[in-house]
Amino acid sequence: MKEPNKIPCRKSFTDTLIELGRKDKDIVAVTSDASGSATLTDFARLLPDQFVEVGIAEQNAIGVAAGLASAGKKAFVFGPACFYVARALEQVKVDMAYSQMPVKILGVSGGVAYSQLGATHHSLHDIAALRTFPGMEVYLPSDVRQTRRLLLAIADRKKPAYIRVGRNAVPDVYESDDFDFSLGKGTTIMDGDDITIIGTGETVANCKEAGEMLRKKGIKARVIDIHSLKPFDKDIVLKAAKETGRIVTAEEHSIYGGLGSIVAEITAQECPVKMRILGVPDENVIHAAPLTVFRHYGFDYQGIFDACMALLK
Amino acid sequence: MDIKQLTKKSEQLRLDLLELIHNAKTGHTGGDLSVLNVLNVLYNRILNVNPQNPKDKDRDRFVLSKGHCAEALYCVLADRGFIPQEDIKNYGRDFAHLGGHPDVTIPGVEINTGALGHGLSAGVGMALAAKMNKQSFKTFVVMGDGEQAEGSIYEAAMCANKYHLDNLVAIIDRNGLQISGSTEEVMPIESISDRWSAFGWDVKEMNGDSISDIVDTFESINFSIGKPHLVISHSTKGLGVSFMEGVAKWHHGVPDDEQFAIAKNEISSRISKL
Repeated sequence: MKEPNKIPCRKSFTDTLIELGRKDKDIVAVTSDASGSATLTDFARLLPDQFVEVGIAEQNAIGVAAGLASAGKKAFVFGPACFYVARALEQVKVDMAYSQMPVKILGVSGGVAYSQLGATHHSLHDIAALRTFPGMEVYLPSDVRQTRRLLLAIADRKKPAYIRVGRNAVPDVYESDDFDFSLGKGTTIMDGDDITIIGTGETVANCKEAGEMLRKKGIKARVIDIHSLKPFDKDIVLKAAKETGRIVTAEEHSIYGGLGSIVAEITAQECPVKMRILGVPDENVIHAAPLTVFRHYGFDYQGIFDACMALLK
Repeated sequence: MDIKQLTKKSEQLRLDLLELIHNAKTGHTGGDLSVLNVLNVLYNRILNVNPQNPKDKDRDRFVLSKGHCAEALYCVLADRGFIPQEDIKNYGRDFAHLGGHPDVTIPGVEINTGALGHGLSAGVGMALAAKMNKQSFKTFVVMGDGEQAEGSIYEAAMCANKYHLDNLVAIIDRNGLQISGSTEEVMPIESISDRWSAFGWDVKEMNGDSISDIVDTFESINFSIGKPHLVISHSTKGLGVSFMEGVAKWHHGVPDDEQFAIAKNEISSRISKL
């Protein structure tokens, strides 16, 4: 795996939001004592009149943001993903999704980023839970550049949305600012017809690495980056299913209800193919560094490579 | 409206409400009746709202945090011309527009409620937006007294104090009863006044059964005080129908034909004397 970028995705998001917030005074950042972990300290310093600190009170953060949004503000809520998709889930369901308030949550340190802190701090159910809320959008960008593009695309969008990023910086998936990005559409980052690998968020760089390892074995894998779990690009999956016949999905999420489930729901109904769903099984996650967790459960590049080889047999 | 007109309006709305609930065979009758006076005074005297332009950016905001008393709100909104009478007639039927809790597809409804303990946070957001935008609109939130056991309310209470939201008025419909019985048996909440004062709020108490007291209380609020306002509205569950008053089973009891006729007679006879 190549070296990570120096900037974590959360910083890319908040730096971009400062740019937007300078021009648009309706942009408001709401946080629950997470300005450090969400890298909001610059925003709070530069745009103090657009910054709301509610203390450690995630339920209130979402309710306040929904109230701000109902009065025309563009409210962005910042804090650890784990708390916004558990403690405040009813507020997300009712005040944001059911009420169709276009609040955006940036869930930081998502997935197993806090791995050594245990299951209280994991958010391995977020895709599964949030995608069932009508009208709710769910995004997992894969690197710093895509995070910025994603924010630029959704800042004025009149939809409630959840964006999950990790804690640590990740390797670049896209090497320059000039790359294909269309909101809600998957991106084919490597082409091939032997097998398809689909990732989301931090697993995408691992999928790409696995694709390159396979290429060295003469296997042409198609690698797809899904930044949007909802809305979901069904067409890119069906095309891959028809053209490659085998799909491996890799996600930093429970194997239940996430990316793999979505892909299986689509293929099972319209183009059944052989599949492997890589993610966290039904157990409490080991206490280890995130990359060790990825490796332990087999959704790092080596695990993805191995799953592809097994599926191709 | 003046006190006399408001008094008559409350009685007429009571009739509308009982007819709606009897027709639909569903409703939170007791709490609807205890909060009806407050809704009537807000919509017919206090709030700056316009049914012809329900999304006016400078409108006052109203949130019914005790969303299960939607029937009372619907009657007031229909009377003010926010929603058509047709919607009222269809309440409780399959595919009806109006559901058992308010939602934003209904003109005049700011946010969906029904899960208790949410409305005050939303109201804080609205009041905060007014402060940020330097707009003069006020935000009113009505909560139930049973609802006071929801912890999220106190997150919102702290936040309103921090941001000095003197443009926010929370009202507790203090009818003393919730679904399982007396609020003080289910979960004691007294002293509400001391509790909210300790949270930094300006606390007022009023007789929610008295139109003139409601008017006087709302009109005495000082919106430049630097503190959010709490009004404890001491009310009677089932107000205005003798056999419903103070009886917990009318929390979501629905009158049968005979009970409906008795209730109608009681209210009509009062109206004829006004």
